[in-house]
Formats: sequence, structure tokens, C-alpha cells
Amino acid sequence: MKRSTLALAVSLALCGPAMAAQAPAPTPDLKALDARIRALEDEAVKLREQAAQALAEASAARAELDKMKAEQVAAPPAPAASSQESAVAAVSAPAESSAPAGGANGNAFNPAIAVILNGNYAHHSENPDHYTRAGFPVLPDAGPGPQGLSLGESEISFAANVDDKFYGQFTVSYHDDNGDVGAEIEEAYIDTLALPDGFNVRAGRFFSNIGYLNSHHTHTDNFVDRPLAYQAFLANQYGDDGAQLRWVAPTDTYLEFGGEAFRGENYPSGGANHDGVGAWTLFAHAGGDVGTENSWLAGLSMLKTRATNADDGFSGDSTLYLADGTWKWAPNGNTKDGGLTLRSELFFDQRDGIYTQPNEVFTDPLDPLTAPWVGDRRGAYLEAVYRLNRTWDVGYRYDKLWASNSSPFPSDFDPQRHSIEATWRNSEFSFFRLQYSHDEPERNIVDNAWYLQYDVALGAHGAHKF
Amino acid sequence: MNRFALLLVTVLAALGARDAAALDVFACEPEWGSLIHEIAGDAVNVDVGTTALQDVHVIEAKPSLIAKVRRADLVVCTGADLEVGWLPQLIRQAGNPKVASGAGYFLASDQITTLEKPSKLDRSEGDIHPQGNPHFQMDPYRVLAIAKALAQRLGELDAGNAAKYQQGLANFTTRWNTAIKGWETKAAPLKGRKVVVHHWSWVYLNTWLGMEQIGALEPKPGVPPTSAHLASLVDLTKSAPAFAILRAAYQDPKPGDWLSEHTGVPAVTLPFTVGGDDKSKDLFGLYDSTIDKLLAVVK
Repeated sequence: MKRSTLALAVSLALCGPAMAAQAPAPTPDLKALDARIRALEDEAVKLREQAAQALAEASAARAELDKMKAEQVAAPPAPAASSQESAVAAVSAPAESSAPAGGANGNAFNPAIAVILNGNYAHHSENPDHYTRAGFPVLPDAGPGPQGLSLGESEISFAANVDDKFYGQFTVSYHDDNGDVGAEIEEAYIDTLALPDGFNVRAGRFFSNIGYLNSHHTHTDNFVDRPLAYQAFLANQYGDDGAQLRWVAPTDTYLEFGGEAFRGENYPSGGANHDGVGAWTLFAHAGGDVGTENSWLAGLSMLKTRATNADDGFSGDSTLYLADGTWKWAPNGNTKDGGLTLRSELFFDQRDGIYTQPNEVFTDPLDPLTAPWVGDRRGAYLEAVYRLNRTWDVGYRYDKLWASNSSPFPSDFDPQRHSIEATWRNSEFSFFRLQYSHDEPERNIVDNAWYLQYDVALGAHGAHKF
Repeated sequence: MNRFALLLVTVLAALGARDAAALDVFACEPEWGSLIHEIAGDAVNVDVGTTALQDVHVIEAKPSLIAKVRRADLVVCTGADLEVGWLPQLIRQAGNPKVASGAGYFLASDQITTLEKPSKLDRSEGDIHPQGNPHFQMDPYRVLAIAKALAQRLGELDAGNAAKYQQGLANFTTRWNTAIKGWETKAAPLKGRKVVVHHWSWVYLNTWLGMEQIGALEPKPGVPPTSAHLASLVDLTKSAPAFAILRAAYQDPKPGDWLSEHTGVPAVTLPFTVGGDDKSKDLFGLYDSTIDKLLAVVK
């Protein structure tokens, strides 16, 4: 339509002036013709203007169409067939996220950092500096703890996957041994991530997996201090430089078996015998659920050492057997909101060796300052913690140690202790604990102790063991 | 001879089917267990780690769960740090490289966008999740997006049954889309209505159905309700007015009941996940029951 108008306009425009030029002189007929031609010329001009306008309109329309096409290309992929599909597409994660969360800087792969701050106030009716325990020498840092205000186990821990095959953790703790203040590498180990069929290997410095509490950091304990048996037989916790192999069975009931080899530098070992492989362990743990409200975990473990001048003056072979059992009951299995946790561990310690005064240097078995140390000692604790709600729990613990008559510390009195505690938690990351202990370390000696403890966790959210 | 060959093929097929059925899946929460069942039917074995009556924020790394993760070919969990206190421990304890990372480790939060991503990360704000609110099982569209990704993942791990999973997904999608239309029609009276919630568990449900959260019984996410905070909610709940006080089946009913007594606004216990009440036997029942319970108190 527009094109034909244009063609007409062009032909008229070409014809018009030619016809005008041919006219020699105006006659009446010619005059009429002239007038007609002028009219046609005017018409042609008008048509030319209209054609130009039409052309402009056409190009504008074309531009608009192009613009719309361009917009359509830029728009998200083909509109969804239904509103439901588009609703799903709208909430789906993009196939490729635009940028990694941490950006491209060097800190993007920083390990998870967790800081534990812990402090105590303690009041003992007996002076802790003169504390002794019948049949069991008091080990450094494993006695009643200092009187008054003190900093507890405060530590910083770094953990991350190393790569696709390894995980690493590094924990440094504040250390105060009678004024000798410093930092101590508490744990520094790597774990395998890629071994098949339930196998795990750990290497480095770490807490042994024997018993229950030993592998747990003290800030997850239910009481301010460790049970007497842990204090006496493991100096609170046995950790050393070593390697561990664990295997979890592919069974409905949780079954874990493993063993460790340690350097044997730390109590109950000492002296890093056997060319620096002075301690061995074996452990087995089993666990499961009974219904949805009950869970249990039980274990048997053994720690064998060849010690030279251990912290209690022992040199020789010792074997420690541990049996542990934990039962948790909670309504609907919500252990953080209520319920009861029962736990007990039994210790049986066999020694065959020699005692030397710890500050003497062990030289010769026939040295007059030494005495034989052969015999068995035992220890146990039983604790019950009742969780009232998310905020409060209360607990009771009974400790007992059975001394030996044949050791260099013969005693027919067996130390025992009763403790009660109440814990208030503001959140998963902080708690305050009040504890009272009635400790009978020697015949006719009672240490009544009050403790107030705070414990907080900063940074990475810990994932604790059962 | 032909008969023998046929028999052999049948036996092999049966063995193959049994092998495929051995795909063991560990689901952290019941909603994902139910979703896997919708997609895969009996082709996989599903172990669900928690129940609707448990607070999944604070589960312990129980031995029974380690044993389940040890045997799993695939772990399906919510993610967005909901299970941060226990899932990493389970995986590290179990010694099962199949689920430690890669295809055997499926987090629903990776498949969707989340709401309520905090702009400020500070624990003084309570138990906040840097990756956003993890309680998205009450948004049917997100559930569908997760279902699609899950069917894909199952197919990657068990190529022999990939077609079956896609068919299961198609079947589920059809029924789910029909159900969504029904729910949306039915829930129209809830649009624009205000609610008080126990925990920030309902943002996705609210967004979907057009409801509005005007307050929470917890002063901050994960912080147990205090009496002072509850008292401060009385006037707000009355004047807004809220039509219901919402809580999940696992949450302590006492704070909500207290506020209900002092305001006359009904407290409603919603199932929150599969198994949260008698009707919530699967995902469909979960949504049916949730909407019915809300409609029962809306005036």
C-alpha cells in the first residue's frame, strides 16, 4: 500500500516538470491544462511529503520491532509453560553461582576457628598446695586445682579439610603449671577422609580414644573437674604423639574397633621407650538406640606402656584396662531439652616395675632410692546428669579409688568423693556451672570444695561427639 | 536352550534389581525421607535420622546415626547449617568416603534459594544461619525444585534406575502440582492474616500463603522464650491482631499456651514435618494437615 503510493509519487514527480517544460505559450486550452498541471504538481508534492512521512513511520516501526527482538533475546530462557513451573524456577538455585562465597582473596579457605574461654573460682577447705591422696601420688595439674580465681582450659582450635583426602585440626591451649605460663600444643593431627570401608587413620598429637571421657575435651564435661580415676590414672587425659587406626563396622549396631601407637612421653607413660613407640592402645566401642528415647554407648579399652620415670616416679610395664558405659534417656530423644544421662567408667591398673622419687634420675634398679612397684589399683566413677530444660541441668557424681597394699604408696584407705553440680546455659555457646565436692582423699581428711566456672565458645560451631 | 537363556536373563535382572535396591540413603529429616520415597519408591532403602518430635538444630551425633551414615550411599540433609552441630561429626566418625563429599552428599539448601539471609553475622543476634533460613520444607515450590535435583542425583548414583527415578519424579510432580492448586485455593482465607510464631520456622509457609509474621516467642532465634519477652507480645498479638500462634510439633507448648491464655488468640501446633501428627504420613498429608489446622482457627 505504502510502496504503491511511493511509486506513484515518484512517477508523478518525474513527469510533472517535463510536461511543464514542453508548453510553448499559454492558450485558453493550455491555460486550463496549465492549471491542471499545477494542481497535479501540488498533488505530487503533497504525495511526496506523505511518502516521506510513511517512510519515517515505517523505519520507526522497524526500529521498535528490532528493539523488541533484542529484548526478547536478553530476557530469561523461554517463558515457563505454567505459573507453577516458573514459581519452581524462581526458587531454584542458579545452575552456576555467579561468584564463590569467599571471593578470590587468600582468606577464602581459612580453617574454621573456635576459641574456648574457661575460668574458675574455687574455694577449698583444705589447702590445695598440701593435698595428698592415699595410695595415689598427685600428678602435676591433676589434683584439686588452685585456690581462688584462675583461668581454666582456654584454647584455640583450627580445623579444615586439607584436600579431598585429609582433614586437619590444630589446638593450642593456655597452660599454667604453678606459674610456668605458656602455650601448649594440645592436639595437632590429620585424619584421612578417603579410606574406604569404614577405615580412618589419624596421625599427629591427639587424645587417645580409650575410655569415654579421654577423647573429649574438658569443656564438654558435665563437671568442673575430671573424675578421680582420670586424675590418678591418666593425669586427666592421655594425649601423645602417635598414630591411630579405627574401623567402623557396616552394622546396624554401631561397632568401632581400633588401636593406637604413641611415643610414650606423657603420663602414664614416660621416657618414650622402644625407640619412641612406648605406648599402645586397643579399644572397642559399641552403641545404639533403644526406641527413640534411649541411646547407649559402651566400650572396652586397654593402654599398655613401658615407662621410664613417669610423672609418678614409675618405671616399668603398666597396663590400664578401662570399661565405659553411657546411657541417655530423653523424652522424644531431645537430649538438650530434658532427660537423664548416666555414665560410668571402671579403671583397672596393673603395674610391674620400680618406683623412683620423681625428682631423682632413674639409674639402676638396685639403687637404694628405688622400691619395687608391683600390683593392681582400681578406680571408678558414676555420674548422673538430669537435664531440666534447654537452660538448666543438675548432676551428681561419685568417685572412688582403690589403693594397693603393695605399691610404694600402700594404703588401706580408699579415697572417695561426692560432687553435685548445677549448670545454667544461656545458649549452645555459653554456660556457668556451680559445683560442690565433698572429697575424702585421706583418712579423716575432708576437702569441701566450691567451684564456680564459666565456659564459652567463640567462632565456629562445634560438632561434638555423643 | 532359549528357555534357559530367558531364565538366566530373568535371574540376572532380578539380581540386578536387588543390587539397585541396595542403594542406601540416609535422610537427616523426615521430609526428605518422604521425598525420596515419592521419587524412588522401593528402589532405595531410606534411613531417617530424626523424628518430627525432635529439634533438629540440636541432635547429638549418636552412635546409631554414625552406624547409618557408615552404610549410606547417599546422605540427604537440609543444609544451611541446620545440622552443623551433628552432621559433620557423623561424617567424620563414620569413615565413609562415599558420603563425605561429592555425589553422595546432597544438601537441599544447595538446590534452592533461601530467605532471611542475615546481613549481619553476630551471635548476639541468636542462632542465625549465614546461609539463610533452613526451614524451607513448608514451601511446595522449593520442595519441587529439590525433588528435581534429588531425582537427578539418584540417577547419577544409580544409573540403572535413572529412568525409574525420572518417572517417579514426573509422577510426583504431576500429583504435587495438582495438590498445590488445591492448597492454594483452599488457603485463600489465610492471605493477609497475621501470625505469632514460636521459632522462625514458618517464613516459607507465610510467604507462600501470604501470611505475615508479626512476632516470635523466642526473643532471638534459638533463644528460649522468656516471661518478660512473652509479656511484651501480649498487646501486639491482640492489636495486630494475630489469628494464630504457630509452633512445631517438637516445640514446648507452654510459652505459646501462656500467650494464648493472655490474648485469646489460639495456639496451633503444626506438624512441621512428616510424622508431626497423625495425618502427616507423607508430604501430601503434611501440607493437608497444616492448611486444615490453620483454616480451623481462621475467622
